[in-house]
Amino acid sequence: MSVMKRVSLIFRAKANKALDRMEDPRETLDYSYQQQMEMLTRVRRGVADVATSRKRVELQMNSLQKEVNRRDSQARDALSKGREDLARAALQNKTSLQGQLNDLQGQYSNLQEQEEKLTVASQRLQARVDAFRTRKETIKATYTAAEAQTRINEAFSGISEEMGDIGLAIQRAEDKTAQMQARAGAIDELLASGALEDHVGGQQDSIQAELDKLGASNDVESQLAQMKGELSANAPREIEANPNGDSNSNGSEATTSEATTAAEQPQAGDGL
Amino acid sequence: MIVRILGEGQFQVAEDVAAKLTALDTELDAAVRKNDDAAFRAALGAAVRLVRESGSSVPPDTFTTADFILPFSDASIDEVRKLLADGSITGSDSIGLP
Repeated sequence: MSVMKRVSLIFRAKANKALDRMEDPRETLDYSYQQQMEMLTRVRRGVADVATSRKRVELQMNSLQKEVNRRDSQARDALSKGREDLARAALQNKTSLQGQLNDLQGQYSNLQEQEEKLTVASQRLQARVDAFRTRKETIKATYTAAEAQTRINEAFSGISEEMGDIGLAIQRAEDKTAQMQARAGAIDELLASGALEDHVGGQQDSIQAELDKLGASNDVESQLAQMKGELSANAPREIEANPNGDSNSNGSEATTSEATTAAEQPQAGDGL
Repeated sequence: MIVRILGEGQFQVAEDVAAKLTALDTELDAAVRKNDDAAFRAALGAAVRLVRESGSSVPPDTFTTADFILPFSDASIDEVRKLLADGSITGSDSIGLP
């Protein structure tokens, strides 16, 4: 037998089985309505759960994006300092992180899709439940017992199919969310422990350390250069501060022409 | 004829559409039996598109059961096999019916 027909028969059989258990038709309607309210709560909770997971993935994506950007600027930094080896290591880390980020992006759109579907399902069920409530009251008020039975069976079976459908949709969304949460949990732990750096590439810390060292040694060099400049500039000033001329020979041979000019200027100023 | 797409609700379709659906249903059944994933996806996709495009949504105050129920549009072949076996999907024990 066909697939679509069989599925519809399975749904119908389950509804019939439930109907057979009911003795009082009014009880059937009230019982079904109560179940519908429970299903509405379930589907709304389902939407909220998926939304929570989606937001969590969004936060993780932001964190990973920051890491990717950091590796990128590390690579640029390393290249500008002539360290292609470090730049390469940083880019390797970046690629690995980018892979994780792409994976998360896929999961994110999957969750977004689930959330949209469940939201629509929830709205559909709400409309159905509202209509069922009206139908339930009409049946109770208007029809004779015999007519009521037929109407009740129709309404019950119709809404049961809807609930079966939505029950499966919720289950599906829950399964997908659970799978995702296990992976998201692992990434959360990595991000929280800072182990992501080590996990992604043991060298990451050493890249930063090397870059810091390079930065530090560059800094030392520039400080040295600055100090040398200051020293040579100060030498003539000391002479000047000591007009006796005793210290004239005091390292003045080493003075650069720039320093001399610099020293001459204040002299001229003093002369005025 | 009334057709339900799981996750999307019920649709009223004309008789000529119902005939096309029956043909696609045969393809779907063969694909499930042969475990042919590509054929399964092609038949399911075509059936879902056909119902969405040519059917009209059944209003919420019409309570009726569907003649045909199509699986979720992105269902896997395993999921459909489980649905046919006991009316549940992977990870769940029942169809959620009372």
